[in-house]
Amino acid sequence: MIEVQNLTKHYGSLTAIRDVSFTVAPGEIVGFLGPNGAGKSTTMRILACFLPASSGTARVAGFDVFRGSMEVRKRIGYLPENVPLYTDMRVAPYLDFVAEMKGVARSARKKVVADVMDRALIADVQSRLIRNLSKGYRQRVGLAQALVGDPAVLILDEPTIGLDPAQIAEIRNLIKSLAGDHTVILSTHILPEVSMVCGSVVIINRGAIVAQGPIDRLVEQFFPTSRIEVEVAAPRGAVRDAMKTIPGVVRVEERAASHDGIGRFVVESARGHDVRGEIFQMAAQQKWALLELRRVGMTLEEVFIRILAGEEREAAATTAADAVPEEAS
Amino acid sequence: MKIWAIYKKELRLYFTSPVAYIVLTIFLLIAGLFFSAIFQGFARASMQMALQQQMGGRDLNVTDNVIRPLFGNMSVILLLLMPLVTMRLFAEERRSGTMELLLTYPVRDGAVLVGKYLAAFTLYAVMLVGTLAYPAMLAAFARVEWPSLAAGYIGLVLMGALFLAVGLFASSLTENQIVAAVVTFGILLVLWIVGWVADFAGGAAGTALTHLSILEHNDAFAKGVLDTKDIIYFVDLTLLALFLAFRALESRRWSG
Ligand SMILES: Nc1ncnc2c1ncn2[C@@H]1O[C@H](COP(=O)(O)OP(=O)(O)OP(=O)(O)O)[C@@H](O)[C@H]1O
Ligand SMILES: [Mg+2]
Repeated sequence: MIEVQNLTKHYGSLTAIRDVSFTVAPGEIVGFLGPNGAGKSTTMRILACFLPASSGTARVAGFDVFRGSMEVRKRIGYLPENVPLYTDMRVAPYLDFVAEMKGVARSARKKVVADVMDRALIADVQSRLIRNLSKGYRQRVGLAQALVGDPAVLILDEPTIGLDPAQIAEIRNLIKSLAGDHTVILSTHILPEVSMVCGSVVIINRGAIVAQGPIDRLVEQFFPTSRIEVEVAAPRGAVRDAMKTIPGVVRVEERAASHDGIGRFVVESARGHDVRGEIFQMAAQQKWALLELRRVGMTLEEVFIRILAGEEREAAATTAADAVPEEAS
Repeated sequence: MKIWAIYKKELRLYFTSPVAYIVLTIFLLIAGLFFSAIFQGFARASMQMALQQQMGGRDLNVTDNVIRPLFGNMSVILLLLMPLVTMRLFAEERRSGTMELLLTYPVRDGAVLVGKYLAAFTLYAVMLVGTLAYPAMLAAFARVEWPSLAAGYIGLVLMGALFLAVGLFASSLTENQIVAAVVTFGILLVLWIVGWVADFAGGAAGTALTHLSILEHNDAFAKGVLDTKDIIYFVDLTLLALFLAFRALESRRWSG
């Protein structure tokens, strides 16, 4: 539904994105992640037909964003990151204007506007001036605006920024409910949100894609081991040595809070090797009291941090390498 | 119709903000001052004429003595005020970022342009309708030549149409409303005074420059003369300004 190929965008001498390629399948919700200034908004602006790319192609709903701009624009709902709205208008007339812009038939407009106001939870402010709305409400009006006309593709740049926790949950549910017959690409800095809402992610750093795919596959890729947290009431040295002998265990790491008497460990084993049974057997044999035995799920957050840390190391290495000849000369 | 939607939105913005009312009030107030001054002068002159008439004088002409100076003065007020009417149209959308949404809706740049232009033009039409009060008052005291008056108004409509088109163009170039207004005023002023420069230039160049002057063409209408060359002058320049505004929008879209 969204196909991006070798997309590059220069702002003058600055390259905001470089050779970006990814695809989003129909009905999928994809999280677009990356640190500040990575190029997320730039990419989304190109997808929304607002910015022209310097090179490369992007197709949305089967149409090229440059040559088939009008066709693309008929099929997308776009929420820009700073939520620009006509602040001198009232909410309902504003959405009515948007509906008219998107070509919603006159007879259907009232219903369409009422419907998006319900979904974005703004029916209670419909006759207020947008200028006087709080940040969170403005954000929701922006979202409502994107939903007008029920577009097949939604491009949402940080849709939940500025919302209170209850609203975040509501809006997340709203976005989740779009899956299936809508394709959604959303950027955010709230990683737990991504795991909750999105099936897969695209991670961009310094203008280049560094990882993409379903979240569980990325977790496997970047964390090839599974981890178990163990707490045993026993001499810690003995416990560590015993656990190391269990087949499949790759690494045993002692926790800071560990002391003789209560040993706390993180046990890493090869993926697919569940060693919890063996640990339990071992403790039972030795008559050690097993206080805790828990599998630690790897979060997207850890994946994200690991990927970016790797990137930073690489970048540091290349700059160091570049620096050497300069020093020599 | 998307033009209609843009038109309604812009017109609503004019009339829900103080802009429209301030421009209308100031315009009608200053035009009214000019009218009363000109009319008093006319009344005094007519009185003297009436005395002389017994010795074979003739009636003072309303078109030449009231309408023409009045419309000339109104043109100057418009030169100063119209840049303020159009400065917001695109500059504000760019500054506040709403342009980003507007340009990603399925609407043609031309429709956006025409919608905004017609909204500004409607405000201008309301201003002109307001000025009809002056000839109406005049008709109570003197014989108004309605066809000449109509020609004068056609001239004002055409000239305003040009002012607004230039203003729209300038507004499409910048995100700063002040810059838009100053650029508009600058362009219009050049078109205004080019006739004076022409006097110095003389010769063929002088004649060419004279043809470019707004004053040259506008005065003909105020005199009550409808000439196709004057009409074509305003229509051409208006279309040129609108075309340039259209290109400015488009190039913004395709060059970032
Ligand atoms: N209009 C512009 N002119 C010049 N440079 C720009 C422009 N817009 C963005 N940039 C630069 O391009 C780079 C990418 O910016 P972009 O807004 O796409 O980042 P982002 O991933 O959305 O960041 P954030 O998480 O902070 O929103 C940044 O270095 C930014 O400074
Ligand atoms: Mg951004």
